[in-house]
Amino acid sequence: MKIVACVKQVPDTAAKVTAESGKVNWGDAPLVINPWDEYAVEAALQMKEAQGGTVTAVTIGGPSSADALKHALAMGCDDAIHINDPALAVLDTQSAARILAAAVKKIDGVDLVFFGKEAVDGNSGLVASQTARLLGFASLTLASVVKFENGAVRVERATEEGRQVVTAKPPAVLSIVKDYGEPRYPSFMGIRKASKAVIPTWTLSDLGTAAPVPAVSMLEILNPPSREVNCEIIAGTPGEAAEKLVEKILGEKVL
Amino acid sequence: MNIWVYIDHFKGSALPTSWEAVGVAKSLGATVTGLVLGSGVELVAKQAFEYGADSVILSDDPALADFRAEVFASTIAAASEIPDAIFLPTSTRGRELAAMLAIDLNTGVLVDVTSIELSGDKLVVTRPIYSGKIFQKETCVSKPQIVTLRGRSFPKPAPTAGKAGEIKKVAAKPEALTNVEGYTASEGGVSLTDAGVIVSGGRGVSNNPSLQPPAGMDEKAAEIWRAQQGFKLVGDLASVLGAAMGASRAAVDAGYVPYSHQVGQTGKVVSPDLYIACGISGAIQHLAGMRTSKVIVAINKDADAPIFKLARYGVVGDLFVILPELTEAFKKKLGK
Repeated sequence: MKIVACVKQVPDTAAKVTAESGKVNWGDAPLVINPWDEYAVEAALQMKEAQGGTVTAVTIGGPSSADALKHALAMGCDDAIHINDPALAVLDTQSAARILAAAVKKIDGVDLVFFGKEAVDGNSGLVASQTARLLGFASLTLASVVKFENGAVRVERATEEGRQVVTAKPPAVLSIVKDYGEPRYPSFMGIRKASKAVIPTWTLSDLGTAAPVPAVSMLEILNPPSREVNCEIIAGTPGEAAEKLVEKILGEKVL
Repeated sequence: MNIWVYIDHFKGSALPTSWEAVGVAKSLGATVTGLVLGSGVELVAKQAFEYGADSVILSDDPALADFRAEVFASTIAAASEIPDAIFLPTSTRGRELAAMLAIDLNTGVLVDVTSIELSGDKLVVTRPIYSGKIFQKETCVSKPQIVTLRGRSFPKPAPTAGKAGEIKKVAAKPEALTNVEGYTASEGGVSLTDAGVIVSGGRGVSNNPSLQPPAGMDEKAAEIWRAQQGFKLVGDLASVLGAAMGASRAAVDAGYVPYSHQVGQTGKVVSPDLYIACGISGAIQHLAGMRTSKVIVAINKDADAPIFKLARYGVVGDLFVILPELTEAFKKKLGK
């Protein structure tokens, strides 16, 4: 089975992120593989282990993004492709999906494409479905359980109303949620292998596509409105504090 | 300006955010068309008028009984007279449908927006990114401008009983790539993202050394056992308040409660009227997921915990003592 896992490099979630001079600033926080994408890589590797085949990790990004691919390689991906082109510095979701769809086509013969649920920076959660739509693949998003049975992918999806069971024949695009199960840590051997790996870089001309025109235009980056921070500490014995707190909460008229 | 609003529903029961979306579209002065797709969904169409839609595009077909994004997107994209904008709730269905429509109509999506204004004939929206650590203002330069709206961020309009309008029927495009087999048991309880009140527990919920676990448990099992006793207290308060139960990432990662309860940057972003944080210190990833709650209450042993910086009210103390008292006090006051 030919499997692709799409990953993105993002600032660590522990970073204190602020808007400074119209730009997002995460200080000296490290850049890491998007935590959701680790679940995608895990699911891709488990599919390969069960069905045989290869897993190729793909990312779009500048030079530093190669580290996200090295993480995926260290986890056990067979190879990686780094899409890096100055014309791709600003991407909206549908542009990213167009580039990834072009890469999947160029890799050729791909059965399954795995994504994380969303990236922790942009929080869009659109690219998996958009890539599926562009490729004409089935879209199986928000999967917490993934099985391959009788020539079809069977997933349980986390929806508002409970777990939905959906099947589709490959080729398919999947996005994976945290309920799937903990992603493996890179092994020592994996890290050694990844550090030596030579990762091919693809530019737009390699993909044979023009730079996509973004439809979404970013206008301004802002800090969220600051919250009133006067915390009223309710004192007294536990019984008194509870009674007082109930009065206060009822006074807020939020119940 | 013409705006289509996708009326998201589950088996004929509309999500409140759908009506919030109709309300916002009307408040922008637009002519609003409700998009109602499903099987046996005349009632949803009727409600769409009552909540403010001027007309409805209806596709009522057994092939639409289960939501499948590829089928719904093809059906909508094939309808004529594509409008200036399409609004959808940011539900699992709304998000995926918006994603595919943007490809079919070659346009962009402004996703999970919390405020929206009209600048000329362009919609300018604000949406939280980095799970709310940053707000981004953006616009969509092509048409239709597709927007998904975060639930509980816009007022829900009051319905006008008996209001009706023109229904335009369109044929379903039933070519599907996926097959919905059904639902396993639902998670139960109140959904976090729709909840008006959330009571959450964190790592501190296991921190009750005086509780003696049953004999024969190893250290990890004993910790989880203690946490379950603690989460029972959290659940008791939640049930008196009709609230959803949330948890911090630390509590989920430690195996105290399932991931579906996680609030924060790698969990759900919530915005209830009342958020009660029990034994949650307030890691930056957690605060990002609940900071827009209207009133935040923190109960924690550690007076220096960062959660108090965001809280309107705080109690410094042992949640194992305070929570039962609080639950009793609410029961009395609310007459339960």
